[in-house]
Amino acid sequence: MADLRTEFAGIASPNPFWLASAPPTDKAYNVVRAFRAGWGGVVWKTLGEEGPPVVNVNGPRYGAVWGADRRLLGLNNIELITDRPLEVNLREIKEVKRDWPDRAMVVSLMVPCEEQAWKAILPLVEETGADGIELNFGCPHGMSERGMGSAVGQVPEYIEMVTRWCKQTTRMPVIVKLTPNITDIRKPARAAKAGGADAVSLINTINSITSVDLDSFAPEPTIDGKGSHGGYCGPAVKPIALSMVSEIARDAETAGMPISGIGGVTTWRDAAEFLTLGAGNVQVCTAAMTYGFKVVQEMISGLSEWMDRKGFASVAEVSGRAVPNVTDWQHLNLNYVTKARIDQDLCIKCGRCYAACEDTSHQAIAMKPGRVFEVIDAECVACNLCVNVCPVEDCITMERLAPGSVDPRTGRTVQPDYANWTTHPNNPAATAAE
Amino acid sequence: MTNSSWTPGVVPGRLPAEAYALNFADLHPPLDPHEAAVAADRCYFCHDAPCITACPTSIDIPLFIRQISTGTPEAAARTIFEQNILGGMCARVCPTETLCEEACVREAAEGKPVEIGRLQRYATDTLMKAGVHPFTRGPATGKRVAVVGAGPAGLSCAHRLAMLGHDVTIVEAKEKPGGLNEYGIASYKTVEGFAQAEVAWLMQIGGIELRNGVALGRDVTLDELADSYDAVFLGIGLPGAYDIAGVAGNGIGSAVEFIRTLRQSTDLSGLPIGRNVVVIGGGMTAIDAAVQSRLLGAENVAVVYRRGRERMAASPYEQELAASKGVRLVFNAQPVAAHHGADGALEAVEFAYVADTPEGLRETGETIRLPADQVHVAIGQWLEPLGDALADVELDGTKLAVFEGGKVAPFGNVWAGGDCAAGGEDLTVTAVAEGRDAAMSIHAALSAA
Ligand SMILES: Cc1cc2nc3c(=O)[nH]c(=O)nc-3n(C[C@H](O)[C@H](O)[C@H](O)COP(=O)(O)OP(=O)(O)OC[C@H]3O[C@@H](n4cnc5c(N)ncnc54)[C@H](O)[C@@H]3O)c2cc1C
Ligand SMILES: Cc1cc2nc3c(=O)[nH]c(=O)nc-3n(C[C@H](O)[C@H](O)[C@H](O)COP(=O)(O)O)c2cc1C
Ligand code: SF4
Repeated sequence: MADLRTEFAGIASPNPFWLASAPPTDKAYNVVRAFRAGWGGVVWKTLGEEGPPVVNVNGPRYGAVWGADRRLLGLNNIELITDRPLEVNLREIKEVKRDWPDRAMVVSLMVPCEEQAWKAILPLVEETGADGIELNFGCPHGMSERGMGSAVGQVPEYIEMVTRWCKQTTRMPVIVKLTPNITDIRKPARAAKAGGADAVSLINTINSITSVDLDSFAPEPTIDGKGSHGGYCGPAVKPIALSMVSEIARDAETAGMPISGIGGVTTWRDAAEFLTLGAGNVQVCTAAMTYGFKVVQEMISGLSEWMDRKGFASVAEVSGRAVPNVTDWQHLNLNYVTKARIDQDLCIKCGRCYAACEDTSHQAIAMKPGRVFEVIDAECVACNLCVNVCPVEDCITMERLAPGSVDPRTGRTVQPDYANWTTHPNNPAATAAE
Repeated sequence: MTNSSWTPGVVPGRLPAEAYALNFADLHPPLDPHEAAVAADRCYFCHDAPCITACPTSIDIPLFIRQISTGTPEAAARTIFEQNILGGMCARVCPTETLCEEACVREAAEGKPVEIGRLQRYATDTLMKAGVHPFTRGPATGKRVAVVGAGPAGLSCAHRLAMLGHDVTIVEAKEKPGGLNEYGIASYKTVEGFAQAEVAWLMQIGGIELRNGVALGRDVTLDELADSYDAVFLGIGLPGAYDIAGVAGNGIGSAVEFIRTLRQSTDLSGLPIGRNVVVIGGGMTAIDAAVQSRLLGAENVAVVYRRGRERMAASPYEQELAASKGVRLVFNAQPVAAHHGADGALEAVEFAYVADTPEGLRETGETIRLPADQVHVAIGQWLEPLGDALADVELDGTKLAVFEGGKVAPFGNVWAGGDCAAGGEDLTVTAVAEGRDAAMSIHAALSAA
């Protein structure tokens, strides 16, 4: 079986699956059961400064988006950082780390953007024996109104400054958790690196309103007739997170900096995808909140199965495998021509491909007597929409036209060589291909 | 309880009192909102969906299921009723396994169709329970139409005509409206007096006068109706049951008569039923008579059909239902004689085994005797009781011949639909479709005039 042990920014854990800083990691009771279930590490629910803890709303704090059969696809929350006293959290962190020395124990922190505040809390955390800290510059609601969380994460200079204060004060590895509520994710990542961060983690939650109550005309979750934007997470945010992770992995300035991939990891497959795009491990919140701690067992078995099948001996071998294949649009091969193919044996004749292509694409599917659906090659632009709307996996596939054959849509012979937009005659800025 | 399933002869009260309600409860209990949401989520919203084509009334099934899944069952009900005003009954009685659900692409994909019938019931029940009638009448046209028969065909026709602004008079021979919905459909498919409740709900459209106890042929002639109304619609069903020459006498009756009595009974424990019951026939009526005989406490019930299983009109689903209720299915045997005892009571029926050959059915020479105290004959219905009331009307085989839009010949203003008219299967939903389409044809004719 593949070896899932990882070392992330100098922190060892038996597998790359950590629980993200959130309710699942808010107390020893949870974390101990999570470790028993098999989680490789946790990022403890974000701690604030000493003194009276924050208070949460006393009404609903989550909103949701569902798919078929009420499967939870997206969750949003208006929860703040931990609302338990600092001493209690620190005592529990210490106990749990003592009892579970092989698991990663990272402590998430968020204190006011003042040097003194950060320098005061770090020794207290260090004293617990924790393996590292994560700076929460991501929380998009509540804390940001107080000048913390994403209010810091949206200003690269602040990120760099706070990171530097921490690096100067503590021996512990510093992970900077990034907010996605920003235009260019590379900027805060570069700032973290400049401040000396050992790693970044992303994404935190996305500003969102999940729904509006059509009786009370208020956003959900609704507190006494009012609602506030919350932070969005769960399967729905995975594509955004993957893209951001890949951008940091591809960026020359941050290349090589460890990335903890977060956002919508629900199955082993999601985790593997984050790893290939450059993550060194993953953090999970919503999947655990939806299905309980046991989901990690499927993630562990799935990832090691897949690694065995592929012949990967370690997580490090997987990490970044897909990064070289992430490129800019202008570098995509325009001589790569495919056509949709419908497997008539698998087809259940629902006609969704027809409706999609006929109404909204290129009128490239013919509906023949007996509800037989066939692709008209002379019209098919290979957009993939039919593949995406077909309810039967692998019923519609994209097949490449062999170089030398004629594309009936354009009447042109498919060229064997690679040619992209930068050399295309339609591009006014094209450089001559010859 | 003095009798049991073992008591000889044809006697009432074979079961403990509480067993009847249990036995005759809803065959497919209604979906609750959660079940409906889960079932609705399975619909793929197919393009030009095959289920719509398979529904004789062409209900827009993907649309109504989507309306259920988005929390608007009332809108779903409206979508259903626009095409099929008896969508509530059809949801209960349609053999969906041979109609919409057979065509469902998820039947092809997983062998498990979307539960269209039960979803339809969920939607229609929601609206009907709220007492809402979703349609209003168009402006009055001043035209008057007579509808003969208050079965599914007649009711569907009358409702559509009333909606279009015509004044409708229904003449119905029986005491109650509903046709076979009231007198024929198996009890466990339409519980709690649904047939009458549905008619009352349908009549809320207004503009329909219902005259019960008036029979075409006895109280009024077709010529009189055709003369005094702008148009006439015949939805008289097939009021007579065929019998079998040589198999007659005590204990032998028609299955539809048995079911009619059962459906009208207010105390099923008072209904006499044989210990050994034999049903002759191979359709839905045969299955219903057999299953309900078992549910009344008969010990042995057999359905005897003269051809093989594959030719049976009752669907595999119905056959399975019968088998699950302990009914024995006997194939390739036709009745040759009934044997009565010295006291005149029926004792057995004798059947000859037959081979289904290209030249027709051939007796093999072998016979069997099935013990029987009671026989229900279910070999089909016909127009016979009408006598010469329809003597002038052109026939197609044994049914009324219908031409474009459901017109009958040689009249200029008479239409027909449902079981009495040639073409289409003898199903509630087909009767509804034909009644509706005839109404549209009548409307077109009256609007042109
Ligand atoms: C036992 C049995 C079970 C069935 N089960 C099912 C089932 O589960 N699902 C299904 O889809 N179909 C079923 N059917 C078939 C279905 O009931 C019929 O196809 C449907 O009722 C036909 O409707 P209709 O309006 O044409 O005729 P009917 O329902 O027969 O209605 C005809 C009406 O006309 C009246 N009438 C007759 N003669 C005259 C006259 N001279 N003057 C005035 N009025 C008259 C009758 O009293 C009756 O009310 C079953 C049939 C039977 C017999
Ligand atoms: C209820 C809730 C509370 C959260 N609280 C914190 C927090 O205190 N600190 C933090 O860094 N992230 C917090 N997060 C964000 C998660 O750690 C994680 O970044 C995000 O949910 C994306 O991962 P997921 O899609 O696996 O849930 C919270 C998320 C949720 C749902
Ligand atoms: S790939 Fe796009 S254009 Fe081609 S058949 Fe499918 S939907 Fe139509």
